[in-house]
Amino acid sequence: MSEWNQSSLDEVPTMGSESQKADETFAMGIALPDGEIPVPDYDETLHEKPENQWLEMWRSLRANRAALVSLIFIVFLVLVAILGPYLTPYNPIETDMSSALQTPSAQHWFGTDQLGMDIFSRVIAGTRVSLTVGLLAVSIALTTGIILGAIAGYAGGWVDTVIMRVMDMMLAIPSILLAITLMAALGKGIDKAVIAIGLVSIPEYARIVRGNILSIKENDYIAAAHVVGLSDARIIFRHVLPNALSVIIVRATLGISSAILDTAALGFLGLGVQPPQPEWGDMLGRARGFIFQAPHTLLYPGMAITATVLAFNLLGDGLRDALDPRARIK
Amino acid sequence: MTEPLISLRHLSKFFTMDRDLLGRTTSVLKAVDDLSLDIYPGETFGLVGESGCGKTTVGKLLVDLYTPSAGEILYQGVDLAKLRPAERRRYCRDIQLIFQDPYASLNPRMTVGDIIAEPIRVNRLQPVEKIDDRVGYLLNAVGLSANYRNRFPHEFSGGQRQRVGIARSLAMEPKLIVCDEPVSALDVSIQAQVLNLLDDLSEEFGLTYLFIAHGLNVVKHISDRVGVMYLGRLVEVASKRELYSNPLHPYTKALLSAIPVTNPALRTERILLEGDVSSPIDPKPGCRFASRCYARSGCAGCACDTEMPELVEVSPGHFVSCYLHPGA
Repeated sequence: MSEWNQSSLDEVPTMGSESQKADETFAMGIALPDGEIPVPDYDETLHEKPENQWLEMWRSLRANRAALVSLIFIVFLVLVAILGPYLTPYNPIETDMSSALQTPSAQHWFGTDQLGMDIFSRVIAGTRVSLTVGLLAVSIALTTGIILGAIAGYAGGWVDTVIMRVMDMMLAIPSILLAITLMAALGKGIDKAVIAIGLVSIPEYARIVRGNILSIKENDYIAAAHVVGLSDARIIFRHVLPNALSVIIVRATLGISSAILDTAALGFLGLGVQPPQPEWGDMLGRARGFIFQAPHTLLYPGMAITATVLAFNLLGDGLRDALDPRARIK
Repeated sequence: MTEPLISLRHLSKFFTMDRDLLGRTTSVLKAVDDLSLDIYPGETFGLVGESGCGKTTVGKLLVDLYTPSAGEILYQGVDLAKLRPAERRRYCRDIQLIFQDPYASLNPRMTVGDIIAEPIRVNRLQPVEKIDDRVGYLLNAVGLSANYRNRFPHEFSGGQRQRVGIARSLAMEPKLIVCDEPVSALDVSIQAQVLNLLDDLSEEFGLTYLFIAHGLNVVKHISDRVGVMYLGRLVEVASKRELYSNPLHPYTKALLSAIPVTNPALRTERILLEGDVSSPIDPKPGCRFASRCYARSGCAGCACDTEMPELVEVSPGHFVSCYLHPGA
């Protein structure tokens, strides 16, 4: 390959010369060899090994101490939620007025509440409720938000305007107020709380998905997909959304924490789980009258909420950094 | 004379820049303005012009990424705009596009094999069990190993990515490929390889090319005929030999003089254009090139400033749009 480059460099004819050679030559200082196209031998070793992007993400997440600890804590929470009934030393809904408002002791690690229920058992049992509500609410919001955001971003025009203005209207009302209003219409209960929290967080997802799609659809590979005759639905699901996936995952992780917080807020207001079912926010709400008498009744459920929300936030931040190549720790 | 494979008839594409309160268009960008062009089967037509002259818009109009504002695109004599969507898709399969930027034109989340197989699968161009073979064949045809099919685009160099893009176009079994500056984003040493590849493929697959470039040097190697665009209009069309040896339009001459010449003895005076490129937004009447033209001798109020010159055939196959060369 170097031969033809060397030898013909000196005699590149110019555009002015009318020789036959002028046509054969490509007057950029390069001459072309006759005949076969030079296909370079690709040296396999020159190329990086196929790098799985999820593997790469995991590697950079692992380097982030806070995110890693959060992830471990979340895995622990999930195990607690699954194994809950086997871990509780007492029945979490069994009242025992003779031992009400006891401070933490060897029998009752976190003490007992105003009805004599074991707080440790109730915190453990509440994990399942909080995590389930968080995940389900985020799933509702995510699915609807992705569909609405994808349609708005991809279609543009008046479709975009109508969808996004409705989203703006929802965002203009404080989410907890909107959720309470919805609960008032739907009625009390944990299933209604899931729906209410899911519905009020749709706009956040719709906006973030739309924004990403607007930038992704300008890429040449989307134009290329049009040129090879793919349908719009295929382009959205196979070409646009997979490229927005990382951002959506980050947002969903952060969204779980706010959904858990909203559940606790609704529980605190007595709108979520109905007693005596244990739920962290509901526990706080019912114990708030005893804040000076028996502060431990609020301390442990409060800590559970804080730790869980913090873990999801830190993991979300870690994922965002891991997915942003510019912030990647090498 | 053979029938043209594709004919552009008074093709225009305008973009609305501004509207008044009533939604009426007040400002228009004329990206392509009344452009007529025939491309014959088997030839390579080079379309040259500087940035923003509308050459990429022409390419995107051809592959149905844009809808023409006026004029028609006749493919084998059929007006594409008049077809129903399903029929148009069938015709549009025959016209494919190779993109300028090989880094932006491949979906980073798909393997190379999937990128090439998808058009075949979706358009049912091959029986399902033959798709794998076809992908391997296409990869080999563009000079890549069939083993690369499971890799992702980021594992390839720019030249290799461009080869993948070419393979994706070939997967559609096209008749016409619009090459939108396919080598301008590549290293100079790779450019020659890709150009040679395109040249070989045109014989192997019986392809016709519309080759878009911003300079005359790249086009010189590959084209049979060359058209020069300036601000949305064709100013000169001729066979390659004719255009390079006997350029008529002042703009073509300036472009030719801009090609670097390695032999000092053969260097000619470089024509440096003065003034700014006039804006394609709400263009003034008259020749688009008038404001920068060095050949017209200071005629104020003459035809150059008032009326657009027509593209006329001055000698067989040589068209030029300039008052200095009125129809022979």
